[in-house]
Amino acid sequence: MKIRLRKLDPFDKEAADSVVKQDHGLHPDDKYLKPGRIPHIWCPGCGLGVVLTTFIDAIRRKGLPVDKCAVVSGIGCTGRVAGYLDMDTYHTTHGRAIPFATGLALVKPDMHVTVFSGDGDLFAIGGNHFIHAARRNVNLKVLCVNNFNFGMTGGQVAPTTPLGATTSTTPFGNAEPGFNLPYLAHAAGAVYVARWTTFHPRQLAHSIGQTLDKKGFTFIEAIAPCPTGYGRPNKLGSGLDEMRYYRDMSEVRNGADPGGATIRLKEKILVGTFVDVERPDFMENYRTTVLSKAMAKGKSKEKGRTA
Amino acid sequence: MADKDVLSGEHFIHGDAACAEGGLAAGCRFFAGYPITPATEVAERMARRLPEIGGVYIQMEDEIASMAAILGASWGGVKSMTSTSGPGFSLMMENIGLGMITETPCVVVNIQRGGPSTGLPTLVGQADVMQARWGSHGDYGCIALAPSSPQDCFDFTLDAFNLSEIYRQPVFVMADEVVGHMTEKVVIPKRENLHIVQRRTPQGKREDYLPFDTTGPLPAPMAVAGQGYHVHVTGLTHDERGYPVITDAVQERNVRHIVDKIKKNADKIIRVEAVELEDAEVVLVAYGCTARTARQAVEDLRNQGRKVGLLRLITLWPFPSTIVRSLAQRVKAFVVPEINYGQIAYEVERTAQGKAEVMLVGLMGGAVHTPGEIAEAVGEYL
Repeated sequence: MKIRLRKLDPFDKEAADSVVKQDHGLHPDDKYLKPGRIPHIWCPGCGLGVVLTTFIDAIRRKGLPVDKCAVVSGIGCTGRVAGYLDMDTYHTTHGRAIPFATGLALVKPDMHVTVFSGDGDLFAIGGNHFIHAARRNVNLKVLCVNNFNFGMTGGQVAPTTPLGATTSTTPFGNAEPGFNLPYLAHAAGAVYVARWTTFHPRQLAHSIGQTLDKKGFTFIEAIAPCPTGYGRPNKLGSGLDEMRYYRDMSEVRNGADPGGATIRLKEKILVGTFVDVERPDFMENYRTTVLSKAMAKGKSKEKGRTA
Repeated sequence: MADKDVLSGEHFIHGDAACAEGGLAAGCRFFAGYPITPATEVAERMARRLPEIGGVYIQMEDEIASMAAILGASWGGVKSMTSTSGPGFSLMMENIGLGMITETPCVVVNIQRGGPSTGLPTLVGQADVMQARWGSHGDYGCIALAPSSPQDCFDFTLDAFNLSEIYRQPVFVMADEVVGHMTEKVVIPKRENLHIVQRRTPQGKREDYLPFDTTGPLPAPMAVAGQGYHVHVTGLTHDERGYPVITDAVQERNVRHIVDKIKKNADKIIRVEAVELEDAEVVLVAYGCTARTARQAVEDLRNQGRKVGLLRLITLWPFPSTIVRSLAQRVKAFVVPEINYGQIAYEVERTAQGKAEVMLVGLMGGAVHTPGEIAEAVGEYL
């Protein structure tokens, strides 16, 4: 078969570098952002910028070298976070950030691996991976930005959408209750569970900092406005109005039983650090129960007869 | 510890175990998998052997997660592998695509059983050949090796790791239930006699490094996590820096690169074994366990003075089109026994371009051919 293709338009590294040089470095956070990646793609009023800035703030406060940090994300608006951060970043398939990050974290135990992804990605298509990683207590920091809908595809119902809420695929209201994410994380075995909103950047940064110090599977839910996909159909107003709404509806209850943290439409939202416990992580258990025995064994029984 | 990864010497082991040993000898130190007949023994061997040499074995919640985990481990700088069979292979397709577009080396062993769906869990099949080539959506190049014996399982899994490092992509070992569960002598060479390709990582300045360079005949070296290159690895169409760029121009470069790196190096990748082809008038094209039966048929027919040869495919993909095309000029027919309803047979027919007849001797799975039925098929042309 003969093949005819269009002429290739080669990569212009010089042009790419010059864009980077022009615009990068003016903002103090730029050293945490990949050169030439801003402006971001998020809508005006979106809460993702706040969560990203807060994450950077936590790393800065900890003084963590970025070479020791990696971020893995799935698909969706939050999935785009990985691409903006100036560290090793992995933007994987829909729902699979956690298993990808599991492989990375297990071979790189000295790195801080954060899974930064959305509620739809982590709890619809990725729900099974979430509970198993929590059960194993893999050393992963999961930061879930919850905007109560599938934003990237235009505001469809998600497993977090409250009962009765309107989305583009629940025009008459949602017939399903949403997940109580902190309760789910706690039940599955997470050693740290917190929930904040983008109205609580200080508390959120503090929580992220705490998880960076912790070995094991940690979970933070960051509730974020989505004026385009969720705010508009539910008459929550602009992004700023939605943030005000989360301010008014939030009730800080550190140490509260996450079983009572269900989110219902137009009702109080419990926020705070709910769980902070110690439990050996996967690698520690693997070292003590598997490696110690296997590596202590003498020459392998499978050794061949002659070399 | 160092001597335990390569078990040099003679062994009496099955193909599944030999796949595991081939991986370990190649330097695999991370395995993520999920139990599935008839590939479970690969995972079982890995669960016992990897901890002995300080590696990580993890049983994931499904094959989707297994495939994702080995990609993550590979970006962590560790050679990684998984094993499965048809139903699991289907689940892995999503992240195989991610491995292709992100150019991530790793090895997937598929011990094929009868399909579709749950099919014949404990019995042989060879019907995942086209799925290996085309199973994940979009265009990409494919490398797949088909072992015919436990010795091949060792050798080809090791080779698969080398190819995956050179071409920076997932490579398939397409074994089948018969070969996987067959126990035979396997000779593992001395370490110094093994050819192992090590991961190439960048050495220069970060500003000059293009992790997804498309200009060379081979992919760029691969910066692993923590090395300081701050790579962005994305399943989106991306430019040479790894930045997502959603344009047709970048899509052209991105896709053509991941297809062409295999297409343009096909001559270096393709491996076949030619058995009595010099004067053959009818050529059997076979692979996996079927190649063993075909070899017997050739021997039997030659004893009767009939001019039959065997082209045994070691690489199913890339397909040895040039070889088949040139044979088609001078042979009467190709006879293709395979345990499916026609997969490689179509490739042979396509390549022969009407210059020689092509006959599929198909079995739907669960049984192997007899040398007699292959010989009988050849008899139609001689």
